[in-house]
Amino acid sequence: MEMQKLYLLVALAPLFGAAVAGLLCRVIPRWLGHTVTIAGVAVSFIGSVLVFQDVMAGNTFNGPVYTWMTTGDYSFHVGFLIDSLTATMMLVVTFVSLMVHIYTIGYMHEDPGYNRFFSYISLFTFSMLMLVMSNNFMQLFFGWEAVGLVSYLLIGFWYTRPTAIFANMKAFLVNRVGDFGFILGIGLVLAHFGSLDYATVFAKAPEFANTTINIWGAADWSLMTVVCICLFIGAMGKSAQVPLHVWLPDSMEGPTPISALIHAATMVTAGIFMVSRMSPLFEMSTTALSFVLVIGAITALFMGFLGIIQNDIKRVVAYSTLSQLGYMTVALGASAYSVAVFHLMTHAFFKALLFLGAGSVIIGMHHDQDMRNMGGLRKYMPITWITSLLGSLALIGTPFFAGFYSKDSIIEAVAASHIPGAGFAYFAVLAGVFVTAFYSFRMYFLVFHGEERFGKAHHDEHTGDHDDEEVSHDHHHGLAPGQKPHESPWVVTLPLVLLAIPSVLIGYVAIEPLLYGGYFEGVIHIDKVAHPVMEELAHEFHGPLAMVAHAFRTAPFWLALSGVVVAWFFYMKRPDIPAAIQRRFSGLNAILENKYFFDKINETVFAGGARLLGRGLWRGGDVAVIDGFIVNGSAKVVGWMAAVVRYFQTGYVYHYAFTMIIGLLLLLTLWVRV
Amino acid sequence: MLSLSHFLILGAILFAISIVGIFLNRKNLIVLLMAIELMLLSVNMNFVAFSRYMQDPNGQLFVFFILAVAAAEAAVGLAILVLLFRNLKTIHVDDLDSLKG
Amino acid sequence: MFNDFVAPSLYPAAPEIFLLFMACVILLVDLGVKSPRRTLTFVLTQLTLLGCAAITLLTSNTEVVYTFSGMFVDDMMADLLKLLVYGAVMLALFYSREYIQDRQAIPKGEYFVLALLATLGMLVMISANHFLTLYLGLEMMSLSLYAMVALNRESAISTEAAMKYFILGALASGLLLYGMSMIYGATGSLEITEVGERLYTYSVDKSVLVFGIVFLVAGLAFKLGVVPFHMWVPDVYHGAPTSVTLFIAAAPKLAAFAIVMRLLVSGLITQAADWQGMLIVLSVLSMGIGNLVAIAQTNIKRMLAYSAISHMGFMLLGIVTGVVGGDARFALNAYSSAMFYVVTYVLTTLAGFGLIMMLTRAGFESDELDDFKGLNKRSPWFAAMMMFVMLSMAGIPFFVGFFAKFSVLQAVVAAGYYWLAVAAVLFSLVGAFYYLRVVKLMYFDEPKIQEPIEGPLFIKVLVSANGLAVAALGLFPQFLMSLCAYALMRSLT
Repeated sequence: MEMQKLYLLVALAPLFGAAVAGLLCRVIPRWLGHTVTIAGVAVSFIGSVLVFQDVMAGNTFNGPVYTWMTTGDYSFHVGFLIDSLTATMMLVVTFVSLMVHIYTIGYMHEDPGYNRFFSYISLFTFSMLMLVMSNNFMQLFFGWEAVGLVSYLLIGFWYTRPTAIFANMKAFLVNRVGDFGFILGIGLVLAHFGSLDYATVFAKAPEFANTTINIWGAADWSLMTVVCICLFIGAMGKSAQVPLHVWLPDSMEGPTPISALIHAATMVTAGIFMVSRMSPLFEMSTTALSFVLVIGAITALFMGFLGIIQNDIKRVVAYSTLSQLGYMTVALGASAYSVAVFHLMTHAFFKALLFLGAGSVIIGMHHDQDMRNMGGLRKYMPITWITSLLGSLALIGTPFFAGFYSKDSIIEAVAASHIPGAGFAYFAVLAGVFVTAFYSFRMYFLVFHGEERFGKAHHDEHTGDHDDEEVSHDHHHGLAPGQKPHESPWVVTLPLVLLAIPSVLIGYVAIEPLLYGGYFEGVIHIDKVAHPVMEELAHEFHGPLAMVAHAFRTAPFWLALSGVVVAWFFYMKRPDIPAAIQRRFSGLNAILENKYFFDKINETVFAGGARLLGRGLWRGGDVAVIDGFIVNGSAKVVGWMAAVVRYFQTGYVYHYAFTMIIGLLLLLTLWVRV
Repeated sequence: MLSLSHFLILGAILFAISIVGIFLNRKNLIVLLMAIELMLLSVNMNFVAFSRYMQDPNGQLFVFFILAVAAAEAAVGLAILVLLFRNLKTIHVDDLDSLKG
Repeated sequence: MFNDFVAPSLYPAAPEIFLLFMACVILLVDLGVKSPRRTLTFVLTQLTLLGCAAITLLTSNTEVVYTFSGMFVDDMMADLLKLLVYGAVMLALFYSREYIQDRQAIPKGEYFVLALLATLGMLVMISANHFLTLYLGLEMMSLSLYAMVALNRESAISTEAAMKYFILGALASGLLLYGMSMIYGATGSLEITEVGERLYTYSVDKSVLVFGIVFLVAGLAFKLGVVPFHMWVPDVYHGAPTSVTLFIAAAPKLAAFAIVMRLLVSGLITQAADWQGMLIVLSVLSMGIGNLVAIAQTNIKRMLAYSAISHMGFMLLGIVTGVVGGDARFALNAYSSAMFYVVTYVLTTLAGFGLIMMLTRAGFESDELDDFKGLNKRSPWFAAMMMFVMLSMAGIPFFVGFFAKFSVLQAVVAAGYYWLAVAAVLFSLVGAFYYLRVVKLMYFDEPKIQEPIEGPLFIKVLVSANGLAVAALGLFPQFLMSLCAYALMRSLT
């Protein structure tokens, strides 16, 4: 009973902060706004630690805490499922959120929407907690939509920027596609299982192993495959997997703390979390797992390539996030759910660190985000420099750092998997290691080392340059000539230091209990016969130190190292080489510059296709049908009908009486049988 | 001999006349008020007929109440009519058409 | 012969008796009150309603009690609805105070007394267990309302609205009475529960009975304001002084719900197959025409009138689905969802009209949609309240209107009327358009007038509380929902 209150406290404390800061945003002073929200999240974090300890002691919970409404046979519950997976997510979410809250004090201190911003991020924390703590699909879906909603609000936070509004729209539309799949999946679950409670659904799942449904034509599909793919399409939207990834890079229009919290550490990993939670369902369909694996592998490799050619510091980190989300998805596909969650956790720390570090650089550069204007920042921003270095090392999987343990485990898991698509995935994740190391250290060298390129009158140089669409200038002042960047205030650097600690250590500490210690026993269900990946991994695991020792003899380490060396050579030693390559392979470069033409394809094929179709039919001579009927038709018909029906209300009382009598006669003729 | 149905048919005819009076009359509002009175009386006819037929006094009791209420109703109706004449200078049904749509 | 004469117990009718007594007292006291604000009359009126609430609460018990030889019934449903009526009337009078003060032509003392008498009528309707009491309550309420609509003596459109309301109302009473006479003829009883029992035990002339039911349903439909007996609703809402519109839009809906329950469910449940079919027709027509025509409106009172038509149509769906093919398992669920719907609708509509009246000033009616343009710039707080009301009426999740719609819909689905549920959802989608248009006007358009919203602090707090209740009930609907279910469970046996 007491724990139940604690669960509620964890979830509701950020909501309280959000309500105070949001409803009174124009009334209360700034210090109160951030104090109350930070206090709320801090309470939530401490509560999460207590819950985590309680779960470690073996106490789990699954049940409703509040019945929203019961009507007939349906009831809306707010229910919590507290187990090791939930507790892990709660810790990650509240910790990163707390860091981001503190950081925001420094990052947003000039912004007029200060309290509003704090309100949003606290509201986000609440929604995310409701999502991960849910014990049923309904609440999961509402949490899912709520985090999405807050994310749109935050992407469009600087709503005066047209690019922010465009990015906002894009995120909204792309996520609708994902949500459509997700709600279809939930609908199928409800229709076939008759319940939305996880426990009931999972218990009933084996009964439906051989159920098939007919979608169209003669092909029968396994029900579980269809359900899982539908649910995964939802995850693809939220976790930005190819081809629904296009919204994430554009979401960098939002303030940097948001990029760290929502678009790197927590919300985008909701899809990974959801699939792990649904492991009993996914395990029943190898087809769905293969689908997951291939999508993840494509995302992991090809989004990494895009990171190489970006010049906006935040966009590099954004593409790196996409690529890392691909890694997690690959792990899910390989049935190594615990590894995916492990990477989710380590990634949350080091990617939040990298984003916040990038934000600190942006503050130092007076909101200039172009890496070509940076360089040599090491001297001026020592704390930012060292923490970013640690974050980058963790990201590329340097032995002993957090990212090493999780990423190497993923690679080994894929190597051990034998489902269709595993071969391709293995190649992709392996190649991805080199790419990751290359773009990470390209960024690192460009920003912190080399010649100091800031403080020049650079703004005029590249107006009309192709990068202008990426770096919107209206908010980016940059440093004036002669001005030097300086280290950010302590509220910014403290979270960096606090995030750097787990980025270095968490892998070493957590790998053994998390992956092989039965931590997720009874939470994540794996079909050990069909997908024996984790068994094989456990067989080869001899402790974290042995893993480090072993690493020097494996390909990933040398790939990562060569990535770093190549980056150093290209951007420190011979900066003319990348330019030469760019010229030499201009075709390839154009593909990358245009992000594989995904946006172009969307625009030309879907939007343009629709336009073309319309024009074609218009040429057929039926402008009235297309424009007047299909496009505006329904709205017009409704408006027209309204105007017509309205005409019957003539104002003459005898018409009114006549209508009543007509109604009476209608009822009489329909019902009276003499 | 008159049977129950004769009375019921008379009631129905009166009721029909009153309804027709309400929606056919487009001139004088006072005729409308009279039609309403007639309608209530036709209902009374029904009640009395049934009451007598079933030897149950309750129906006749009801009639007294209906008569009383009809009187009150007429009072309110005439009061509104007077007000209407004062504001619009007309009691034509056709002129009551500023509220519509 | 006179030995077995037993005085009826006045206990169950105590609130009505108290209200009647106080109404007479207030009428007399008002003669001596000279202040133009009529504060004493107002305070006494509110105290009377409070006193009624106290009496209702004190005399409430969970049993069903009959008195006056079975003409009058006091059960949990009656108690709950009466309490809600007091609340709705009190709120309406608080909101009206400034409005009628600003309008010289409205006689202040009579306004309150008429409101009390109308309330008395509603109470009698709610407790009626006899055609006679039901008719008397109905007329009591209607006659007072006709007078209230005409109370702004200098307004031509108010008078016109009153005249139309009167004529059509009298016609509807005639239809209702004709129906009653037919049912009396078929069953030989005027007592509603007795009618139910006789229909259950004896075989009656079916065609006479159904003939009566059609007329009865027509009369009830008029009171609810559902298509095609709805023609008075837009004109009266539009023409009446806004304070009276508020009064008509709120509490009488509760009373109308009560008489529908008494007549159709307590009395004619055996004939459910017949009247349910009729109500389905009326309900679908109401949702369709109400939502459709509301779109074309430019006056917000008129728009809310059509919205009321569609809401009442939606509420009827709950009453329609109580009995399916003689199977009454879903009855409680269906009727309580209809009750929840009507109660929350009344709450929402009170907040809506309360906000409209906050915008009006002396000599200026703020009842055009354009008057809501840019409300957010004039007063973000009240714009947010109005948005709550509109979103709730549109049935957006987590406002109370959503749960009301959802609970009715699940009753419809449980009864197996899938096409009806689909139609209801479609019409609600059409309806969402005009509610959201108000939100759009408030937030995205430039205001025509810049002045901030004035009014006594107390009223502002009250309107805010009302608006917040719409949001809060959306978060915690369970209490009210189980209250409705419990009251009905105790009353329908």
